[in-house]
Amino acid sequence: MKKELKIFDKPENVKRFLGFFYASLVVLLIVDFFIHKHAEFPWEGAPEFFAVYGFVSCVLLIFIAKLLRIFIKRDENHYE
Amino acid sequence: MNSLIPPAAIFIVGALFVPLMRGRLKSAFMLVLPVLAFATLVNMPEGKYWIVNFLDYDLIFGRVDKLSMVFGYIFTIVSFIGILFALKVEDDLQHVSALMYAGGALGVTFSGDFFSLYIFWELLAISSTFLILARRTKTSQAAAFRYIQVHVFGGLCLLAGIMVYIHDSGTTEFSYIGLNGIGSWLIFIGIALNAAIPPLHPWLQDAYPEATVTGAVFMSALTTKSAVYLMARTFPGTELLIWVGAFMTAMPIFYAVLENDIRRVLAYSLINQVGFMMCGIGIGTALAINGTVSHAFCHILYKALLFMSTGSVLYMTGKIRCTDLGGLYKTMPLTCLFCIIGAASISAFPLFSGFISKSMIISAAAHGNLIAVWLILQFASAGVFHHAGIKVPFFTFFGHDSGIRTKEPPLNMLLAMGIAAFLCVAIAVFPGPLYDILPYPVDYVPYTGAHVVGQLQLLMFGALAFCLLILAGYYPAEMRAINLDTDWFYRKGGRLFYYIMDKVLNGVNRLADRVIARAIPGWLGQLSRTPISSLMTLYMRVTGKGFATEALNTETRPEATSLAPMGTAVLLSLVFLFLLFVVFVFLA
Repeated sequence: MKKELKIFDKPENVKRFLGFFYASLVVLLIVDFFIHKHAEFPWEGAPEFFAVYGFVSCVLLIFIAKLLRIFIKRDENHYE
Repeated sequence: MNSLIPPAAIFIVGALFVPLMRGRLKSAFMLVLPVLAFATLVNMPEGKYWIVNFLDYDLIFGRVDKLSMVFGYIFTIVSFIGILFALKVEDDLQHVSALMYAGGALGVTFSGDFFSLYIFWELLAISSTFLILARRTKTSQAAAFRYIQVHVFGGLCLLAGIMVYIHDSGTTEFSYIGLNGIGSWLIFIGIALNAAIPPLHPWLQDAYPEATVTGAVFMSALTTKSAVYLMARTFPGTELLIWVGAFMTAMPIFYAVLENDIRRVLAYSLINQVGFMMCGIGIGTALAINGTVSHAFCHILYKALLFMSTGSVLYMTGKIRCTDLGGLYKTMPLTCLFCIIGAASISAFPLFSGFISKSMIISAAAHGNLIAVWLILQFASAGVFHHAGIKVPFFTFFGHDSGIRTKEPPLNMLLAMGIAAFLCVAIAVFPGPLYDILPYPVDYVPYTGAHVVGQLQLLMFGALAFCLLILAGYYPAEMRAINLDTDWFYRKGGRLFYYIMDKVLNGVNRLADRVIARAIPGWLGQLSRTPISSLMTLYMRVTGKGFATEALNTETRPEATSLAPMGTAVLLSLVFLFLLFVVFVFLA
């Protein structure tokens, strides 16, 4: 067997990856102030609108999905 | 022009020869078919041809315009990729049905009349059923059975609609229909079922994950997208589609977040993506239709890529649940890379194909000042990245190490994924050629600073939410469980129906058996053999005078055979016939 990749086995690599990820978020937040916006809706032009919307959307998504799970979750053999 | 063979026929006739060949010849033959079909497409000028007169109607096998050409191109491209991916499968059933299936999709795309359309439409349903059956497990058999029944229902709706349409308009040719009258509604429902519009969607998430590894690749590409084509042809600008489309983008992502089976996550995200297309068709402006068509084009490639990469995992490990997988990047790095490219494309990252197509639909919603729709579509875009973009690769290739050590799939599978991945990136970097073949002239620039940064923010901060929720342990845990969907109504309802029919019809059966088949003939037999004493016995029983000399011998017939509820099928057919009758007599 070929040698395995193990880069994410080392916690410092995971940390490095996350660090890079957080840094890119900060860059995106800063760049937002320097671009020309051609907004169709007024709020599109608001600073950091998409960052906030993306974050809130995904938190809401998970929150509602967890709620939904209470009602729709069944055993794997439910239909058998 | 008539010297060329229709592209659908190349696949369908070609499929018949596949079982006669072996080894490399067979592989080469199968790969040549889509190439031939593509070459035919390139040489097809716009117009209507391959017209065959049949029962006073014209069957048109070649209605060629810009709309049908785009779908023709992508169906042949994805067929080539799918065949390459399936090349090493030693199962002629799968090869033949996949080729027939591709032929059916091309047939639907180029039909200019309802008769030929309907034939190809049913061919789609039947041939794809065999791609599920070919998995040869008990669950796949059951899923295939449900799949074909749902599609037969959809096909009947379409057929009934077509009959009303032909009755009203006097022609079998079709183009724009629009919602007016019962016929158009029935056609709409028939197409909507194949497009997996809720609540008619559950067949998709039920059946696709049960299909064979290679069959799912074809299925992800052909059925829903031929329905998208037909919807764009017949119902553009139908306002209802804007709203069902928007709902369709949002609803499945909640399911996808909770789902354990990776291919079912992809099935839900497929519904979500087709939702964008339905929304675009509903908006119906040139920009929206261009967006829909280009999104279908890109979607077919990245969805096939995702089904191929997760299918490779299933093929190599035999496992496909989040709970069973994890850490596979160590031994399948290339498959992992292809999966990530597919994931980035479906998430519409800049420089990946979804970015240059989906944004057109969202822009069209903004131009139409559809605020709520725009907000839902943006929400769904963030949600797509969440489940298809992060969850699928994360739980399969990263996450907890499942301890599974395997290797990359065979070369032909890697090549097929490589081609799809290359196209996903190439289309995004050079969108010009795709934009050139769209139905309307394109005046759209995807790469503006605001669009790139806005989209990146939306996605990356969605990823941040994922990251923080996972680290906080609040992310819904991977669980061995299923989630109820609208298929509950026919999976449980079907059983209830069966139970009631069993009790009622078998009750009638038993009663009839007891009275008509046993008691009366028995008594009549007795009467004919010993008329006097039988009558005396009867007289004594009725009047109570004297004693019966012998009991009635009713056992003159052999035991009846099985009492299986055959009546259920007959009753169902009767109900359908009656409904058709009602539709024609009272409504048409």
